[in-house]
Amino acid sequence: MGNPFGSEITSDILLDDIGFLDDWETRYRYIIDLGKRLPEMSESLKIPETLLGGCQSQVWIVPHFENATRTLTFEVDSDAFIVKGLLAMVMAAYNQKTPEQILQFDIEHYFAETGLLRHLSPTRGNGLKSMVKRIQGVAKENS
Amino acid sequence: MARVDTSTSMGTNLSASAPLDESELNALREQFPTLQQSVHGKPLIYFDNAATTQKPRAVIDALQQYYCNDNSNVHRGAHLLADRATQGFEEARIALAKYLNAEAAEQIIWTRGTTESINLVAQTWGRSQLSKGDEILVSAMEHHANIVPWQLLCEATGALLKVIPVSGDGELDLEVYANLLTRRPKLVAITHVSNALGTINPVKQLTEQAHAAGATVLIDGAQAMPHWQVDVQDIGCDFYAFSGHKMFGPTGIGALYGKRRLLEAMPPWHGGGEMIARVSFEKTTYNELPYKFEAGTPHIAGVIGLGAAVQWLNAQNREAFCRHEDSLLAYAHAQADDFKGITRIGRARHKAGVLSFLLNQSHPQDVGTLLDQQGIAVRTGHHCAMPIMDQYRIPGTVRASFAFYNTHQEVDALFRALHKVVSFL
Ligand SMILES: Cc1ncc(COP(=O)(O)O)c(C=O)c1O
Repeated sequence: MGNPFGSEITSDILLDDIGFLDDWETRYRYIIDLGKRLPEMSESLKIPETLLGGCQSQVWIVPHFENATRTLTFEVDSDAFIVKGLLAMVMAAYNQKTPEQILQFDIEHYFAETGLLRHLSPTRGNGLKSMVKRIQGVAKENS
Repeated sequence: MARVDTSTSMGTNLSASAPLDESELNALREQFPTLQQSVHGKPLIYFDNAATTQKPRAVIDALQQYYCNDNSNVHRGAHLLADRATQGFEEARIALAKYLNAEAAEQIIWTRGTTESINLVAQTWGRSQLSKGDEILVSAMEHHANIVPWQLLCEATGALLKVIPVSGDGELDLEVYANLLTRRPKLVAITHVSNALGTINPVKQLTEQAHAAGATVLIDGAQAMPHWQVDVQDIGCDFYAFSGHKMFGPTGIGALYGKRRLLEAMPPWHGGGEMIARVSFEKTTYNELPYKFEAGTPHIAGVIGLGAAVQWLNAQNREAFCRHEDSLLAYAHAQADDFKGITRIGRARHKAGVLSFLLNQSHPQDVGTLLDQQGIAVRTGHHCAMPIMDQYRIPGTVRASFAFYNTHQEVDALFRALHKVVSFL
């Protein structure tokens, strides 16, 4: 099954969509639904090596680098719905991108635009920040 | 009034004279500036009191007054400001000693809070008194602050940490406790009120039993102080540790109460100014209590702020506050039990201030985020009490924790908000 994040579902599309949602309820419902559109991560991949530590909610990430196209793809999941939705937003920006594209992308600006910047703060303990750091690290290794 | 531990319960005696009436409650709330705000466009409902309590204007004013008028170092200056600062500093100690019914003011040692108080005991009393094979008893519901300092002590001395089990309802297993005491542990360290479950432990009885077995007793009072006036002599414990910020005072200040005999025998911990009587390179002698344990410039403003909190509490009708809190918690319990999908975590008979729960299969963090959007501040997670969460096989809970300034309407709003949360998850 193809992963629409980064191809059909892009950061620009999300910014557009979210821009139309002017109350918190529709915004959070949208985010939660977005999380449900992430391809399912196989349970066998949810192991300590793929778990990001130090978060209240559990966040798993498995990166793949495809040499031929020089693109990075990610499998991600979380046991909390809102965090999963936020991960989906991150995927719209980072999935199926080259390391250079990832490193150039201004994630803070992106989250600020959606009014969700608070969730990127490390104090939220939701793993989003470590997820972003991890992805940027993988991009650096492969650039 | 002094609330005596075992015989009282938050949540039963609702009949007596009315708790706070609406105008009293409004007047009370008006004294807390932080409560007068909106978050995410909704009036703030602050249900994270177990993490820290809000501060009355009287405390904020005392801090401002100190910094604007009296700021000076204590115990050393030869000038008027130093006199005023020192006087405020020592008056706060006297006020707190009286409040706790401590035998004497010098048995109150200023610390940064509960955590530092417990570490002080572990590093001074513990290191000087314990050796290989000695046992320390803690309960399974302790906050990490009353576990890790003892683990460090065990590593340093070879002492052993033993755990009093806790039932599924969140009560200490008193039978096992009695059994563990026959092994004659050197120390029993137990929380007065559990921050994760709300359980009130029968600390007076536990202390008596421990003393009969020859053990020294430390009580973690962090979560009891916000709810009623604690009487350390009535409990009979050897040490009582607590934090100012959880009892309407400033952050960064707290205290350790200790029995004089023990405090005097304990070696100092931090070395520096103020804690010495005389220093030379040949021999240094230490200052007397309480200064022996207060090296360096203390948190003067914090002490004065905490003194103001005590003074403010003394001027309140604490009995009415207790009844109001009893009634709030009982009201919250009843609504939680009627709410399809809520599992209450911590169902002890005697509880104070805490409604800990799970909502269906929802992740506590999701629940917390969606409550926050509705203006309701709760805490989610393991509440620094991972062992009890592990025992219950849950990663954490949603915790609404109450103070006397909370209202029944706010509890109603919590459950309305939870209905909305259910529609999301
Ligand atoms: C039962 C209990 N003990 C100890 C502590 C630690 O208090 P502090 O962080 O103020 O030192 C807390 C704070 O959450 C607590 O609830």
